[in-house]
This record gives sequence, C-alpha cells and structure tokens, in this order.
Amino acid sequence: MNTAGKGRLVALAAVAVGATVALAGCASGDPLDSGSSTDGASSETIVVGSQDYYSNEIIAEIYAQALEENGFTVDRQFRIGQREVYIPEIEAGEIDVFPEYTGNLLQYYVPDTTATTSDDVYAELETSLPEGLRVLDQSSATDQDSYNVTKEFSDANGVTSLADLAKVTTPLTLGGNSELETRPYGPEGLKSVYGVDVAFTPIEDSGGPLTLKALVDDQVQLVNIYSADPNIKANDLVTLEDPEGLFLASHVVPVVSEKVTDEIAEVINTVSDALTAEDLVALNALSVDEQQSADQIAKDWLAEKSLF
Amino acid sequence: MNLLLDGIAWILDPANWTGVGSIPERIAQHLAISATVLVISALIALPIGTLVGHTGRGKELVVTVSGGLRALPTLGLLTLLALWLGIGLQAPIIALVVLALPPLLAGAYSGLESVDRRTVDAARAMGMREGQIIGKVEVPLGMPIIVGGIRSATLQIIATATLAAYIADDGLGRFIFAGLKTRDYAEMLGGSILVILLALAIDGLFAIIQRLVVPAGVRATRTRELRSRPPRPRAVVGRPITEGNPE
Amino acid sequence: MNWLWSNLDLVGELMLTHLALSVPAIILSFVISVPIGWIAHRYRWSRGVLLSLCGLLYAIPSLALLIALPIVTGQRTTSPINLVIALTLYGIAVIVRTAADAFDAVEPDVRQSATAIGYSAAGRFWGVELPLAGPVLLSGLRVVIVSTVSLATIGAVIGVQSLGSLFTDGLQRGIQAEIITGIVATMVLAIGLDWASVAIGRMLMPWWRPSAAERRRTLDRVERVDAA
Repeated sequence: MNTAGKGRLVALAAVAVGATVALAGCASGDPLDSGSSTDGASSETIVVGSQDYYSNEIIAEIYAQALEENGFTVDRQFRIGQREVYIPEIEAGEIDVFPEYTGNLLQYYVPDTTATTSDDVYAELETSLPEGLRVLDQSSATDQDSYNVTKEFSDANGVTSLADLAKVTTPLTLGGNSELETRPYGPEGLKSVYGVDVAFTPIEDSGGPLTLKALVDDQVQLVNIYSADPNIKANDLVTLEDPEGLFLASHVVPVVSEKVTDEIAEVINTVSDALTAEDLVALNALSVDEQQSADQIAKDWLAEKSLF
Repeated sequence: MNLLLDGIAWILDPANWTGVGSIPERIAQHLAISATVLVISALIALPIGTLVGHTGRGKELVVTVSGGLRALPTLGLLTLLALWLGIGLQAPIIALVVLALPPLLAGAYSGLESVDRRTVDAARAMGMREGQIIGKVEVPLGMPIIVGGIRSATLQIIATATLAAYIADDGLGRFIFAGLKTRDYAEMLGGSILVILLALAIDGLFAIIQRLVVPAGVRATRTRELRSRPPRPRAVVGRPITEGNPE
Repeated sequence: MNWLWSNLDLVGELMLTHLALSVPAIILSFVISVPIGWIAHRYRWSRGVLLSLCGLLYAIPSLALLIALPIVTGQRTTSPINLVIALTLYGIAVIVRTAADAFDAVEPDVRQSATAIGYSAAGRFWGVELPLAGPVLLSGLRVVIVSTVSLATIGAVIGVQSLGSLFTDGLQRGIQAEIITGIVATMVLAIGLDWASVAIGRMLMPWWRPSAAERRRTLDRVERVDAA
C-alpha cells in the first residue's frame, strides 16, 4: 500500500509536470505567440496582424488571402487588442503587415497634430513613423471618427452639421470610447472649434450596438461611430458634417515592417487600390448583418474583384 | 516598481480628488454598486440557503445550480445582458449578483449544517418550533460560516465591480479602462491600487464581524477544540470532514 | 444558430486555445498551493499570514493584473504566459485554504502511527498525509478548475485570444448567438475538466470510493471552500 501509493503519487506528479510542460508548449505555440516567426528572415512567412475589431480583421484577412494567392506563406495573428497593445509588437518586428487608419495612427504618434486633410495626414504620417516601419499606399476607403445623431434629433433641431449644434438649447451628451474624452476632437475640440458644450458618457464598444442603443434610447444625443459602420445607414442616423475639419481624415493604410519586399508591397497596394469606401461599408454589413466570417467575406470580395 | 510609484503618485495627486469623476466620487460609486449587489444577492441566496441547510432537502439541486453559476463567465454574461439592456447599471448589477450567489448560498447552508444535529434535536425536544430553531439556534451557531460566505462574496464583488465600467460610467473600473485606452498606466495602476485597498478595508471589517458573531458560549469551547480534536470522529456519517472552527 | 454552424471551426480552435491557457494554470496553482497549504497546516504561526496573503490575491482586479504583470515579467502584454501566470495566482488564492484544511483533516493519531512505525518526515508526507488529504485537495482543485476556465475569458479584453474573444467580438458586431456560444462553450470546458479531474482522482486514489453520501459531502466541500 505504501509503495503502491507512493508510486501512484510519483505518477501523478509526472503526469502533472508532463501535462504542464506540454500545455505550456501549446500555449507558446499558440497563434498569438509569434516567437517562432522572428527566427530567421530566411523563412518566407509573412505575419499579418489585425486589431480586435471585426472590420479591421476583414481587411487583414483580405491582405492575407491576397498574399497567399500570390504564393506567399502567411501567419495570421488576428484580433490583438487595441493600438496600445499591438503597436509595440509591430515596432518590435513581430508583425509584418497590419491594416491601420492614417488619421488615428498619426494621432497615436503625434497627438497634437494639426493635419486634417487626407494628403496632409498621409504626408505627416510617413515622416512620423519610427525606424523600421513604413506605410504603403493609402486606400480610398475611409473608416474615421464621425459624430452622429438620430434622424428625429436632426429634424427636430435642424442639425446637419457640427456647427448647427451650437444652437441646440437642450443639454447634449456625447457617447464614445473613454479615450475620446481626452482626444483633440472630443468634448474640448467641440467647444473650442464649434462652441458646443457637451457632457461625456464613456461606452467601451467602439461605436457598436451599445453606443447605438444608448443613442436610440436618448441616453446620449451625439455618438462617435466609425464612418464605415453599416449601422449608420441601417438605423437612419445622420452623420454631422465637419466644415472646420475637427476630425482627421482616416484612410485604410497598411503599416509594414522591413521584411516586406516590393513584391509583397505590390500585392497589398493592388488590394488597397481596389478597396473603396462603399466596399468597406458593404463588407462590414456582411459581418454584422449576415454574420459571415472574415474568411468568407474576404474570399468573396477577392473573387468578385478578380485582382490576381 | 517605478510604475507602482507612479500609481501611488497618481492617487496622491490632489487634482484627482476634485471635480467630475474624482477619486472620492468613484469610490462612492464603487461602494454603492457593491452594496446594491450584495443586498440583492443576499435577499435571494440567504433564505434559500437557510432553508436548504435547515431541511437538508434540495441540496443536490442547489449545489449543482451554484456550481453552474460559478462556471458562467462574468464577462460573457455582462456582454450578453448589455446587448439586451443597453448601457447603465442594470447589466453589471445582474452579472455581479450571479457572481455573488454561489458563495452566499454555500455560506448559508453549510453554516446551518455545521450545527451539531444533537443540538438541533435538543432544541426540538425542548419544544422549539422550526422557525425558532432556525432563528435562535441554527443561525446564531452557523453565523461565522454565514458571514464567511458574505465576506467571500463581497471580496469578489468589489474586485469584479471594476468590469461595470465596461458597460457603465461607474466605479473605480473607470480609471482602469480610461488608463488602458489612453496608455496612462499611472492612472490604471492607481485605480487598481484603490480597488485593492478598498477590498482590503472591507475584508478586514468582515474579519472583525466574523469574530464578533461567534456566540459567547461557543467561543470558549471552540478555541480549545482547535487543538484537542476528539481522537476519533463521533458520528462519521454526515459529519463534514473538517467541522469546527471556520478560521 | 446560423452563426454557430458557419463558425464551428473557430469555436473548436478557441476551445483548444482556451484549454492551453487554463490547464497549465490549473496544474500550476495546484502544484504550488499544496506545499503552501502544508506549511500553513504544519506551522500554525504561518497560517494566518499565508492564508490571508493568498486570499487577498483575489482582491486584485483581473484587468489590472493582466496589464501590470508584463511590466514585472518582461513578457509582451498579449503573451499567453501573462494570462497563465495571472490565472495561476487566482487559482492559488482559491485553493490554498482548502489545501491547509485538507492536511488538517488527516487525523493526528494516524500521523503519529505513521511516525511510530518508522516513517521519516518526508516518507510520511508522501506515503500518508498527501494520499489521505487527497479527496479534500481534489475538491479544492475542482473549484479552481471551474473558476479558472471561467476567468480565462477576461484575457479577451486586452487581446489574449480565448473563448472570451467571442464575447468582445459578439458585442462589437451585436451577435447574441456568438456570445451565447462563448458562454456555453466555456461552461462545457469547465464541466468536462471537472469530470476529468474526478476520473483522475479515482485512478490515483483507488481506496477512495465515494458513496452517494460521500459524494454529496465532497460536493458540499467544494461549496464550503468559499465560506471557510
């Protein structure tokens, strides 16, 4: 009994240690851990990353499939959080291709930038990126911050532009991700550029269904929703014009590492060139309304455009 | 370590102690939501747990259900409820109540069960009605374990109430989310330190309560029992393996 | 349901990833907690300090821990290793008290008998105390399994893939089926691992034949961990 028990316990310990090691191995061999991708520029594997944002994942998947169609090997590292999490990984050379947005990315590197037009933003972005990173051509597709109100609100108050908000007498609350509160185009920007006073309610779903519901329920009157969001159209929201250029133009643009050769760049530039603003809204709608996977959406789009 | 100091410096910065969304305001909100959740979940769990502990019936069911509740991921529940209910406090409150139910239930029924059956039989023999047995014998004697359940639930509520900020503009979690999104790690760590301190303070309070609720007559025998356990269990059947001092 | 059928691959893949995150954390927290629990049991003076310290790990908000850990460990924020370490710490918080209780539950006269028939301190631990503490240790392990599997979903908020990714993605896209699938899959994993742990427990402790009453008591024990 004694030795048998002891033997079993040793076996237990061995199983436990073995399983831990094996699973830890699995964990580090997890698709998220790109440790293996860095060893050797000789391997032709290109690491494509994406934000934790469904629309961004679709674009990344299009890049990935386009590259695969052209004979490259792709390692997908999708849905890695928000900018503050993945930018350090791109800078460390862990990721080679990442879909980004010109305006938002510029603001990350140059928080107090004054550029607003798409050309100015792109030009400044090119010079602001850290050593070893560059952006390829920007697409005409945009996905930028925009302030939206309900149709009823717009009609009742005669508001179609941010400037019109100044004449609204009822108190206004702006809803958006918590970082919006401190961004130049947040409440302070509205005040200084358009003379509009707003309160702020943070809603952490990046202009998703919670934000939308809060707007429809009149918990907030003004919300920040990305311009390519199909919900704007589906819910008959009015995107307020921005005559003074409070928002930065933000086009889809790939950020790439030094590993990206001219051939790779050409493939991705072809994609960027073909992707229009309307396309992006339509692709997003397929994801939200039809609940299609990024894989499917990307495959269908590439087939439809027959780029390669 | 530097970051920890930054976090402490953030807490000590007087600018963070005034205005909208100041530290005192967030602490008050955090306490308010935690207290609300605790009261709602206690109103649900304690009567059920007491009844199960007293009658010994329905325990399998309660254990299974609370095991299932424990396996429910709070984040999933929160996001699902948020889709239904929208922003505001309803979704986080319901999700947190679900989180708090299992420890409260467990505390209540095992508190009552820990009471020696002979004591209960004696009470019944003395002519006490069932309600009196619960109120005057079982609950007072089981109180340390019941309070232990409340204590454990409270600790979890306070730590997890930070997730409320994912859905609502409320509580100390706001500092964590805002800090995360703007890469202001001092704010994020400062907020976390505040949550930990708050949890520590409340937990300390419960430790004291847990000591105070031990009935005086029991206290004297308990301390002795701790070291000189009876050499052999008297009634093996139905006796939890480690009965006795919950400490 | 439409969503589920067209995304079965994704769900399966995430379940594996989720396992790869939670199982190492569960095993590590068990392996670390047993000695701590034994020390708390053996040296009374250390008990209060050890149990309170470990219990307080639970007071650390998980999000904050996930962000703060990489600063300490030097790992990347999205590295699964961070999540495993965080889950291990929470696991320890849950199980240490039970581990101490498990060793307390070994009858003193059994221990003395073992010494009397010539066991060394180490031999007594491996041959007598640990096996006898086994059933209670297992009950604590079962709580850790359920809570760890459920907690691993939080990593999704900072970008560590797991079944929790279905929550964040489902919220963004407003797909309820996706969130519900995530919840159900998480619970299935938790219950599956729980069964597995009981099966392994039976294999390693053949003398442990839980009767219906005893099984109830073990279940009970699982619940009591909270209150203790």
